[in-house]
Amino acid sequence: MPDGLFIFFAALTLGAASLLVLSRNAVTSAMGMILALVGVAADFFLLDAYFLGVLQVLVYAGAVMVLFLFVIMLLTDTAESPEGYPWKSAALGLAVFFFLAAGVLWLFVWSGAVPGTAAGANPPELTAAPGEFVTAAKGFGRLLYTKYLLPLEIAGFLLLVALVGVVSLSKDPVEENA
Amino acid sequence: MEHTTLAHHLLLAGLLFALGLTGVLVRRNLLVVYMCLELMLTAATLALVAFSRFNRTMDGAIFVFFIITVAAAEVAVGLALIVALYRRRGSVKSDELTTLRD
Repeated sequence: MPDGLFIFFAALTLGAASLLVLSRNAVTSAMGMILALVGVAADFFLLDAYFLGVLQVLVYAGAVMVLFLFVIMLLTDTAESPEGYPWKSAALGLAVFFFLAAGVLWLFVWSGAVPGTAAGANPPELTAAPGEFVTAAKGFGRLLYTKYLLPLEIAGFLLLVALVGVVSLSKDPVEENA
Repeated sequence: MEHTTLAHHLLLAGLLFALGLTGVLVRRNLLVVYMCLELMLTAATLALVAFSRFNRTMDGAIFVFFIITVAAAEVAVGLALIVALYRRRGSVKSDELTTLRD
């Protein structure tokens, strides 16, 4: 049996994700999404990945979801399509969900493909060899500026490209023609 | 942490992914569909972090770092596209945006 905190946050995450999928109001969906992301961040903490947990809350649950909420409030007339519930696609979605869930359950619980060992002792702080799992943010810096220097530069460039792309996308076409 | 095994975390990640895929299939509002896509991405990062922790290596965690970076850029571009689409077509419902199919 997993420990209580994991059960609590896993239930929170799955419940919030169901709210995201099932709610007919886009704003409620966004709230469920935020809660689910916070739950995933809590699970990162339980996995000793503190830095990633903080990043998840700051970037995802913070910045990205604010952007989402902003666009939702800008565009949608809150209620989803008035002409009845889309039963056909709901049935398809349910079938896919139960198929996937059954597969996941079988794979990770009954098939024995994943060894049931615990994670072992707490990871070392800063005495670890480079590349070994550490909890401190320093472990990230050490790898990001050595082994993963090129990907880091590319990621920075990608952010710049996205910035320019968004600016050019959101230009008013009417204004341009004038 | 004592009794939580790799399988538990992978189970959570798998169920989250299934929920996200269900949302993508069922929902009609493009913004909600996009959020469900993000949920699937998050489920994948959860599995990566779990593998990284249980194999005692840092590479999976670094990969998640890059995924979060790329996802932030991707959300910005995607939302700009949706706003541009709304300006042009006046709707964000996927069953009203079928020009390419018709």
